[in-house]
Amino acid sequence: MVLSKAVSESDMSVHSTFASRYVRSSLPRYRMPENSIPKEAAYQIINDELMLDGNPRLNLASFVTTWMEPECDKLIMASINKNYVDMDEYPVTTELQNRCVNMIAHLFHAPLGESETAVGVGTVGSSEAIMLAGLAFKRRWQNRRKAEGKPFDKPNIITGANVQVCWEKFARYFEVELKEVKLRDGYYVMDPEQAVEMVDENTICVAAILGSTLNGEFEDVKLLNDLLDKKNKETGWETAIHVDAASGGFIAPFLYPELEWDFRLPWVKSINVSGHKYGLVYAGIGWCIWRNKEDLPEELIFHINYLGADQPTFTLNFSKGSSQVIAQYYQLIRHGFEGYRNIMENCHENAMVLKEGLEKTGRFNIVSKDEGVPLVAFSLKDRSRHDEFEISDMLRRFGWIVPAYTMPPDAQHVTVLRVVIREEFSRTLAERLVLDIEKVMYQLDALPSKLMPPTLPAPLLAKTAAKRTELETQRSVTDAWKKFVLAKKTNGVC
Amino acid sequence: MVVSVAATGSETAETLHATFFSSRYVRDPLPRFRMPEQSIPREAAYQIINDELMLDGNPRLNLASFVTTWMEPECDKLIVDSINKNYVDMDEYPVTTELQNRCVNMIAHLFNAPIKEDETAIGVGTVGSSEAIMLAGLAFKRKWQNKRKQQGKPCDKPNIVTGANVQVCWEKFARYFEVELKEVKLSEGYYVMDPVKAVELVDENTICVAAILGSTLTGEFEDVKLLNDLLVEKNRETGWDVPIHVDAASGGFIAPFLYPELEWDFRLPLVKSINVSGHKYGLVYPGVGWVIWRSKEDLPEELIFHINYLGTDQPTFTLNFSKGSSQIIAQYYQLIRLGFEGYKSIMENCMENTAILRQGIEATGRFEILSKEAGVPLVAFSLKDSGRYSVFDISENLRRFGWIVPAYTMPANAEHVAVLRVVIREDFSRTLAERLISDIVKILHELDTRAAQVLKISSAVAKQSAEDGIVTKKSVLETEGEIFAYWRSQVKKKQTGVC
Repeated sequence: MVLSKAVSESDMSVHSTFASRYVRSSLPRYRMPENSIPKEAAYQIINDELMLDGNPRLNLASFVTTWMEPECDKLIMASINKNYVDMDEYPVTTELQNRCVNMIAHLFHAPLGESETAVGVGTVGSSEAIMLAGLAFKRRWQNRRKAEGKPFDKPNIITGANVQVCWEKFARYFEVELKEVKLRDGYYVMDPEQAVEMVDENTICVAAILGSTLNGEFEDVKLLNDLLDKKNKETGWETAIHVDAASGGFIAPFLYPELEWDFRLPWVKSINVSGHKYGLVYAGIGWCIWRNKEDLPEELIFHINYLGADQPTFTLNFSKGSSQVIAQYYQLIRHGFEGYRNIMENCHENAMVLKEGLEKTGRFNIVSKDEGVPLVAFSLKDRSRHDEFEISDMLRRFGWIVPAYTMPPDAQHVTVLRVVIREEFSRTLAERLVLDIEKVMYQLDALPSKLMPPTLPAPLLAKTAAKRTELETQRSVTDAWKKFVLAKKTNGVC
Repeated sequence: MVVSVAATGSETAETLHATFFSSRYVRDPLPRFRMPEQSIPREAAYQIINDELMLDGNPRLNLASFVTTWMEPECDKLIVDSINKNYVDMDEYPVTTELQNRCVNMIAHLFNAPIKEDETAIGVGTVGSSEAIMLAGLAFKRKWQNKRKQQGKPCDKPNIVTGANVQVCWEKFARYFEVELKEVKLSEGYYVMDPVKAVELVDENTICVAAILGSTLTGEFEDVKLLNDLLVEKNRETGWDVPIHVDAASGGFIAPFLYPELEWDFRLPLVKSINVSGHKYGLVYPGVGWVIWRSKEDLPEELIFHINYLGTDQPTFTLNFSKGSSQIIAQYYQLIRLGFEGYKSIMENCMENTAILRQGIEATGRFEILSKEAGVPLVAFSLKDSGRYSVFDISENLRRFGWIVPAYTMPANAEHVAVLRVVIREDFSRTLAERLISDIVKILHELDTRAAQVLKISSAVAKQSAEDGIVTKKSVLETEGEIFAYWRSQVKKKQTGVC
């Protein structure tokens, strides 16, 4: 009689992932593995490790959108395999981009005739948008200088010291000198008067920020425009303005429509805005709009000629996904003007709730203004025993990510905590955050100060003066390290 | 008695019970150029956009593109879950950041970067090869400038040497970063950069020579080894040290698996940086590329920005800042899911299906194959006889069947050559290859018939007018034909400059 024997090594695909050998073997980290593994195992391994990332929706450091409606998620997944740059293959997607550009241009009051199309482009974010705008200014300035027979090897750009790091990148990569207007205690944005004083014949443009990264304030673009107009008349130069409206561009038109900051001001030649901040789209989309064709030198534009269709392009990136462009269009038509306004009003209200909650504790100074980007920046009234970095650390234990930063020069002694109110930050969450901050303050009060050595009563001091205890040595080492790390910390964060 | 009255607004009934297609949203025109005043329901917004997008081409039938159009559902799940993670928040998402670092190291080792056991690779994830090339070019430019300044020589006229077959992003780099582009012209039958001519063009202002592994037009691999050897010679003679950058956008994920003996990467001493597109044969959706440097010395420290979060220093060198994390995670998924053997199997499949397609096209007897057998899996072919119709006609007609197959003219000095190009991606099966061949055969038949008819009609008209002895006006068909031919010749002045 033949006894049938089952295959002793069972088929690997039968095992559940957690029963298989894949959770026992360590994956190579720096070299590609030799063999393939089942897709379920690959999924599970990566998914599980990613659990240890922060929760995007509790990341109160970021302006970038972290929630969209499920219908939009569906559109995004359906277009994730469309390469945005294939204009001929995906004409509808290309047209959706053009419609977004025009809608945003009109939102910014670009001086377009009835049948004129706007000059603008979709980018991966405000960094790319700013580089393109800066390139356009640089090239225009160079051409003008060449025509005048003057040297054009030392271009410079004027900004406040509160600029986001992408301006420093632009300056360094494209060889333009960055002339920064320093801040001062209590004044954390660019001073238009000081800015205009720094303008010289080599200035390619002045960059104003609508929605400063650090405290959400809007710079006074109108005053800058008027002062610059005067200076241009006196000197005969044509120094123009670029408005970095990365955050503010989708807030000001809805909350502060009377505020003149956009193309209504004659010297504003280009504006960038992040679709992925208050444009309410996931990370990966920005927009750059020029006032009109003259402001974008033709020589920077590449023409890709497909059969019969000429498509001009001016971007740094080439292949990229189409999902965010489609998502932006979805948001613009889904919400319309009234929808965006309602959302911004909600954000503003919740920012006020948070601000008032913090003020009531009596421990904080509010550094942000009521008007501007909906965020609350606050610092401790009394920093002698604990500082903002400790508060930030302890809030992490509750799940909140609230960053602490030092201000740029000349206000480096000021440290702030910053909470950004995004679309999905409800009042419930605001109230919970206030509660948790109070808990943290309570706990910190009970802890010995890390910043100063503990003061012992006199008799004890005399006794222990002889030998440093181990605790004291450890403490002084920690102090030294902490001071070193704090000194290194710059504010180069988005 | 109070009779309660239900709200009978027709608005209510419509919003509660209407389907999208019975609502007013399908009658109202959406503003195209201005934001609408009112909001609309989310289902309406979804349906409107979804429906209009039906008229886009089908990405999987887009045979023009090297860029990945299909991934496993498990990976799609990971992508959706991470779509709201901003990649640049390194402190908030440390695991995602680490996955990027692991990918960089894996790819660096794939390219035989000379890294010791405990050293980490120098490289970065980008949005695509365009950004990668700009970063690499910037590094070369800055190194060259620093060297020239040290030598007390002028550093205002940098140039870069490439073949005329380069992808448009090199031209962008040159124009935006003010570097002169010196192109080695092609010639008929030789559609890549000639290393000998390239090295001749090198001068003291050359910041680097860029070689392409996987030319856009024909898929060919350039001879990087020969370039390296000639350049070593020239550097020795002149005392310069001009380096090489390899644009392996397509070839970087093919050569290590199919041609491991081919020396094109960091095994050659003058190769200082390499870029590869994760979204081509890295098998990830559009939006990820990689650039790897040989060693720390090849990336000038002044270009790197240090973002200091409490306790951790993260150096970054990218043009873009905020962007999604999905594609990085997807790249890591592919690297560990497939491993070396998986990528090798996929590339072998692609090459086999390419061979099937090529044989089928050759069998029609009407085409010449311009692509080589070794290289990126694609078939580039031109018509032996373009007298009666051209490859552009074939490309147009293939659209009717659903296929998107582009037709291009070669760059200087081979502009008279026009080709059709089919790229074989991971998801292009043998079945599809055979179907494409039969559709091409159908189209040839149609075009032959139509051309014969046009000939018959116009010769009949000519005969008739000759018999009538009239100096005829041109027939409508002839005039139309002439107009068409003129327009066609205008449009054919097509620039290359396609991915």
